Amino acid sequence: MNAPAMNALPPVLTVRNLSKSFGAIRAVRDVSFDVRRGEILGLIGPNGSGKSTLFNCILGQLAPDGGAVAVNGRPISGSRASTLNKLGVGRTFQQLSVFPDMTVLDNIIVAGQEHHGSMLSRLFGPPDAGLTEEAERLIEFFRLGHLAHEKAGSLSYGQQKLLDAAMAFMAGPGLVLLDEPAGGVNLTMLGSLKERLLTYNAEHGTTFVVIEHNMEFVMSLCSRIIVLAEGAIIAEGSPEEIRADQRVIDAYLGG
Amino acid sequence: MRRYRTPLLLALGLAALIVAPIGQGNYIVYTLCSWLIFSIAATGLNLTLGYAGQISLAQASFMAIGAYITALMTLNGVHWLLAMPCSMLACFAVGLALGFPALRVQGHFLAFVTLAFNTLVFLVLRNEDWLTGGVYGLVGMERPGFGLFDTSKQLHFYYFTVAVFAVALAGMWWIVRSPWGRAFKALRENPIRAESLGVDTRRLTLLAFAIGSAYGGLAGALVAPLVQFIEPGSFALVHSLRLLLMVVVGGAGFFFGPVLGAAVVILLPEVLRFTEGYYLILYAGSVIVLMVFCPTGLIGVYGRLRQRLFPQRVVRGDMATGPQL
Amino acid sequence: MAQFIQVLLSGLATGSIYAMAAVGFTLIWQAAKTVNFAQGEFVMLPAFFVLIAHHALHLPFWLSLAVGLAAAVFVLGYLFKRLIVEPMLPVTGLPLIISTMALAIVLKESVKEFYGAEAQPFPELFPQDTIPVLDAVVSVQDLLNLAVSLSVVTALTLFLNRTRTGRCMQATAQNPDVAEILGVNTRRMVLYTFLINAALAALASFLISPVYLAKFSNGETLGLIAFIAAIVGGFNQIRGALVGGLLIGVLDNLTATYVTAEYRAALPLVLLILIIMVRPQGLVGTSEGRAV
Repeated sequence: MNAPAMNALPPVLTVRNLSKSFGAIRAVRDVSFDVRRGEILGLIGPNGSGKSTLFNCILGQLAPDGGAVAVNGRPISGSRASTLNKLGVGRTFQQLSVFPDMTVLDNIIVAGQEHHGSMLSRLFGPPDAGLTEEAERLIEFFRLGHLAHEKAGSLSYGQQKLLDAAMAFMAGPGLVLLDEPAGGVNLTMLGSLKERLLTYNAEHGTTFVVIEHNMEFVMSLCSRIIVLAEGAIIAEGSPEEIRADQRVIDAYLGG
Repeated sequence: MRRYRTPLLLALGLAALIVAPIGQGNYIVYTLCSWLIFSIAATGLNLTLGYAGQISLAQASFMAIGAYITALMTLNGVHWLLAMPCSMLACFAVGLALGFPALRVQGHFLAFVTLAFNTLVFLVLRNEDWLTGGVYGLVGMERPGFGLFDTSKQLHFYYFTVAVFAVALAGMWWIVRSPWGRAFKALRENPIRAESLGVDTRRLTLLAFAIGSAYGGLAGALVAPLVQFIEPGSFALVHSLRLLLMVVVGGAGFFFGPVLGAAVVILLPEVLRFTEGYYLILYAGSVIVLMVFCPTGLIGVYGRLRQRLFPQRVVRGDMATGPQL
Repeated sequence: MAQFIQVLLSGLATGSIYAMAAVGFTLIWQAAKTVNFAQGEFVMLPAFFVLIAHHALHLPFWLSLAVGLAAAVFVLGYLFKRLIVEPMLPVTGLPLIISTMALAIVLKESVKEFYGAEAQPFPELFPQDTIPVLDAVVSVQDLLNLAVSLSVVTALTLFLNRTRTGRCMQATAQNPDVAEILGVNTRRMVLYTFLINAALAALASFLISPVYLAKFSNGETLGLIAFIAAIVGGFNQIRGALVGGLLIGVLDNLTATYVTAEYRAALPLVLLILIIMVRPQGLVGTSEGRAV
């Protein structure tokens, strides 16, 4: 529907038998799935379904009790966030997470500078690590160009969300995990956000995994959807299939 | 015109430094040297504290290491220009060794480790008198000579100190302006986000601490020839606290904060001298008051005052062009 | 062997007093995320309140103790929280830490200026007899100190675990937002924590001052040992502070007796550095998950 599904290539992200419990609560139960290159995968489920726990296990914020996660075949369980980022995994945050006192341009440059050269070259090289042009291009892509020299903290909520996405993309990751990108964003901005994400995916072939509550957003953005309930996967398929799936309807409405 | 503002201010500052001691007595020139030297140490501590967000309570012990190494080397005929880099290197290495385990885990561990380290260094300096002269310290260090320029006279030593001060601050300026500086700011504002963007926060923090400690060593290397007598008591824990105060009072994370803070911390006791025993109480009391009302330090106060008196209406870029997207 | 028992018991006694200071320190850290660098001075000061009540106001000793305790709880608990901690809580930790350092200086210098710089004798709480234990000669004071400190810490632990207020305090420490939602008066719980810390510090003061005399500079060493005990034992557990305090008390005495007097003060420092390198969560503490 949106991005070409390149089924021939190995999956970008593989999750195998992932489990995580908090005391007696089994938040994630034996979850396994693949994320194919170039697709936009949505991860949805009612509150308490374990989406966030699953997400945090993948990202290394939580250590899973069992199972394994691999990126491009490389196991990443328990990796530090910066290691994960260097492996080509980017992420956005649910809570506002820009650097408020730095300019928009600086926010983007810092997102890219750690991937250029070594620590020493960064000390003795140019102050912008040679990334101004690239950063400006990305800022233009997200239509924040007129704000390039403003302090990031002075941007509106929606603009900061766009900046957050831009920062995640700056290092050219192959996989980006988006944590509730639509949260708190107004309707107009939401349309633009979705359109920009789709365009980026089409132009660069970057794989996205999106956790989201906003059904409409997810349905129109994602090419494939996985539904979680009570820690386990209950359905998987295209948006139309999911919309019609009785188990999904039951999980959200009743039980 | 705005482009020339910073270089102009810098030139003025430098000129003021050059002119300041002329016509003043030896004691005032000595105090000015002391201020510049402590500014160097405080600037180093500012990197650790204001930019990387870590509390170090050992800066005085790094000054001690620098001072004792320089003293021992110069007393044995080695020129200051060779002794000084040895001092800085030693402090850098010790900083790495100390910081590596302490910064592996989140929390204020570095504060406690440096607290312990400072006390340990003091104990060693006091007990190992075969090396350090023990309680009696080391005496008689000569002031360095640079060919025709002899720093034995107080005024000459002052200009020598200004030169070192300028170079040290220029070095720090370079670091802060580089991508490292940007990474430090990111680390300070949102360490979790920084980490997720590939910023190796642990390594960066460790480096900030090691560099900050090296600056402490440089300051110590200047203390030895200035006072020409060093003893362990000058580098006790209370002096690490003083250095911390300099950074915080001036404004942690602001480039010139430590220089301002050092001025306040060194000059204020002179001004309060008439209160004799009570000056420490007044002093510490004012720090508490300052922290309660203006936690960002004096430069923060200046910023807020300026906003009050000369409010600048800053129009955000996109407001001028109208709503976008 | 006899000497060893004496040294051991004496170390346990002193260690248990350190433990009280360390427990208070840990409580405040947990409840208000505050590192109280004035904890040592909090232990130094109450003895002087008592001395003022006893010598200047001529109150009987036991009443002076009560007055001292009340004054400590009010000044070092309520006033400390209200005037210094509360205004700074919204900002991140650094200004508060600096303030506690400055407070330590204010308290120390105030005592030095307004009371005096010489060490002051402090009346004993317990009889000064000794009793024979096996071959050794053990002081009753040591035994009673140990008994009192342990009882206090045990009582505190029971209070925190078994009573409703205690559990509310723990909830506030672990997750203030959730506790607030569940109806806990978090502000009051935090206040109680500060009051308890002040009381613990005062008790420690009363027990240790007869031995070491009351001096304005006591706070430095006591404070350092309290921090180290808390960290070595395990920063996120009360038990840890107890273990840390006892351990340091014993090791300190053993070192001074059998190894070296000059570097006696170095022992806790070395211990601290070792623990942070090898087991940062402390001997008894649980690791709280990964660092960033």
